[in-house]
Amino acid sequence: MSFPWANEYKPNNAFTRYLDERLPLPRFVYNAVGAGYPVPRNLNYFWNFGVLAGVALMVQIVTGIVLAMHYAAEGTVAFASVEHIMRDVNAGWFLRYAHANGASMFFIVVYTHIFRGLFYGSYKPPREMVWHLGLVIFLLMMATAFMGYVLPWGQMSFWGAKVITGLFGAIPLVGEPIQTWLLGGFAPDNAALNRFFSLHYLLPFVILGVIILHIWALHIPGSSNPTGVEVKTEQDTVPFHPYYTAKDGVGAALFFLLFASLIFFAPNMLGHPDNYIPANPMSTPAHIVPEWYFWPFYAILRAFTVDFFFIPAKLLGVLAMFASILLLFFLPWLDTSAVRSGHYRPLFRKFFWFGLVPCVIILAWCGGAPAEEPYVIISQLASAYYFAHFLIILPIISRVETPKPLPNSITEAVLAQAPGAKLQPAE
Amino acid sequence: MIRIGAFLVGLFFAGWLLVSAVMGAFAFVSEPPAKTAEKTFHLYPKEVDFSFNGPLGKYDRAQLQRGLQVYREVCSACHSLKYVSFRDFAALGYDEGQIKTIAQEWPAETPSVNPDTGEATTRKPIATDKIPSPYPNDVAARAANNNAIPPDLSLMTKARHDGSAYVYSLLTGYQNPPADLAKKFPDSMPGKTTHYNPYFANLNLAMAAPLNTDGQVTYGEGAPKPTVSQMSKDVAAFLTWTAEPKLEQRKRAGTAAVIFLLIFLGLCIGAYKNIWADKKTVA
Repeated sequence: MSFPWANEYKPNNAFTRYLDERLPLPRFVYNAVGAGYPVPRNLNYFWNFGVLAGVALMVQIVTGIVLAMHYAAEGTVAFASVEHIMRDVNAGWFLRYAHANGASMFFIVVYTHIFRGLFYGSYKPPREMVWHLGLVIFLLMMATAFMGYVLPWGQMSFWGAKVITGLFGAIPLVGEPIQTWLLGGFAPDNAALNRFFSLHYLLPFVILGVIILHIWALHIPGSSNPTGVEVKTEQDTVPFHPYYTAKDGVGAALFFLLFASLIFFAPNMLGHPDNYIPANPMSTPAHIVPEWYFWPFYAILRAFTVDFFFIPAKLLGVLAMFASILLLFFLPWLDTSAVRSGHYRPLFRKFFWFGLVPCVIILAWCGGAPAEEPYVIISQLASAYYFAHFLIILPIISRVETPKPLPNSITEAVLAQAPGAKLQPAE
Repeated sequence: MIRIGAFLVGLFFAGWLLVSAVMGAFAFVSEPPAKTAEKTFHLYPKEVDFSFNGPLGKYDRAQLQRGLQVYREVCSACHSLKYVSFRDFAALGYDEGQIKTIAQEWPAETPSVNPDTGEATTRKPIATDKIPSPYPNDVAARAANNNAIPPDLSLMTKARHDGSAYVYSLLTGYQNPPADLAKKFPDSMPGKTTHYNPYFANLNLAMAAPLNTDGQVTYGEGAPKPTVSQMSKDVAAFLTWTAEPKLEQRKRAGTAAVIFLLIFLGLCIGAYKNIWADKKTVA
C-alpha cells in the first residue's frame, strides 16, 4: 500500500506511543488522509469532490440524526411532525432545510465526482475496484434519497413512492406480488412509511462502510491525476497533508457558501411545492416528478413508449433505467484505450463534451418536464445517444483514436505550465 | 465478449428508442395534440412587490396584522389554519394580553371534553391552542361547500409555485370567462357551482370571489384603504408568514453565515497559497 517514500508516522509523546503499540488508529488516519499518503502534485479542483462528498455525507448524518429525534414515522402524523420541526423545534427549520438541501448538495458533488472519473478515465486499471465501489455508493445514495423524500408524507412523497415501487410491478408474473411485498400493502401507507424510515436511517451507515472500502481500494494504486500518467518518482507527489487538506479547505469553503445560500435564501427552490400538500391517495398530482437528481433517469424510464413485440414498453423503460446505471460497471472493459485522461484523447474529448454532457443535461431537462411532446421525442433521442455513447461509440473510439503524446512524468507536466521553472534531475 | 454483448444491448436500446421517436414524430405530425383550455388561458401569478421579497426582505408587522384581520373576518369562515397557534401571533407584534383576547374572541371554538360527563363539547380557545378549524371534520366541510373541501391555508404559499404572488393573483383574478373560452372550449366554462379565474390551475374553482367589495373589512386608523387589491395583498403576506414563520430568522442567519464563510474562504485561500508557494514551480 502506498509508495516507498511515504512519510512514516512517528508518535511524538508517551500517550501516542502507548496507543500506537495497542491500537494504531492515529497511524491509520495518518496513512489514509494525513501526511503519510503521497498524492500526485498536479490534481486540479475536480479532485476536491471526493472529500466534499464525505463532508456532505457527514452533514446528512448529523442533521438526519437530530431530525429523527423529532420526526414521527406514522401516516397520520408524519406531515404534522415535519411542521412541528419547522415551527416549534429550536432551529428545526435550519436542520430540515439543511437536510433537504444537503441531499441536493450531496448529489451535485457526487455527479461532479463521477463526471471527473469519466473524463479522466479514473475507472481504468488499476482502479476498477474504486470505480465499482463508487457506483455501489451511488446506487445506495439513490435508494436513501428516494426513501428520505417519502418521509415528509406530502403529495410528491406518496405519489413518488407509488411510481417507484410500481417499477417492480412491471416485472412479468411476479411483479405485483413483489410490489405488494415491498410496500407491505397495495398502496404506500403506514407500513411502507415505517420501513422506508428504518432503511433511510440504516443505509447512510452502509454507505459509510462502502466509502471505507472505496478509500482503501484507492490507496492501493494511489490517486489518479489529470494527466493520467502514473506516479514515477517522489518528485511527482506531495503529502496529502498539508497540501491537499489546504486545497480541500478552499473547496469546502466554496461548498458551504453554495450550501448556505440554498438553505438560507432559497430553501425550497429545488423542492416541489406539491410536497407541502399532505399525502392524499384520492388526488393524483397533475405531474408526478422526482427530485432533480433523478431527472435524467426518469427521462430514460419514460422514453420507452412502444411495446417491443411481447415486452411491454413499461418493462423496457424499467430495464433501460437500471441498465443506464449498471452499464457504468462495464466501463473499464468498454473503454480499452491505454490513455486515461481525456486531455490526450482528441476524439474521446469531442464525443464527451459535445455528446455525453449535453445528452445528460437534455435528459435532466426532459425528466423534469411533463410527459408530453416535444419532451418525449427529445428524451427518446437523448436516451438513444446515451446508450450508444457508452455501449457502441466508446469501444469504437478506443480502437480508432490516435492519442496525443503524453508527458513523461507528472512533474514534467506541472513544470511545462510554469515558465522559468527548472526540471531538476530525479534523485 | 463484454464488448459484443454491450454492442448488442446498445444497438437494441438505441435502435428501439429511435424507432419510438420516429413513430412519435409521425403521430405528432399526423395528429397534433389538441390545445387545452388550461394551456390557452391559464396565467402565471402577477408580479407583486412584497416587503419580504429578496435576500434581506422582512415582514411588515402592520401588514401581517391587517392580513390576520382579513383571514379572521373572511377566510376563516371556511379555511382552517391548523399548524398555527395563537401564541405564534407574538411574532406579529401582539403582546400576551392581546393574544389572549384574540383567542377568546375567535369565531370558532376548540374541540374539548366535558370534564363532568366526558361528552364531546367545545370551549373558547386559549393562547397555546392551535387555531380551531371552522368544520369539525372533512365530511362537514364537504357537506357545507358543494362537495369541495376548503384546503388548509397554513402552507398554501409554499404549496404553489410563487405562492405569495399566487394567492394575491387568485384573490384579485376573478373575472368573466373570455368569449373565446365559450367558443373554443365550452366544456371548460364555469358551471353553476364554479367560478372562472385564469390564475387557478384548471381555470374554474369552487370558491366564489371571497374579497369582492372595497371596504369589506374595516381597517383601523392609519392603515391604507381596504381596497380588494390591498386586502388581497395583506392576506397574501399573512399567509406567507403562516407558511414561513421563521423567514426573518432564516435570512438574518443567512447573512451572518455568508459573511462568516466569505472570511473563512479568504483564510483558506491564503493558507492554500502559502502552503503551495514552492510546489508550483520547483520540482
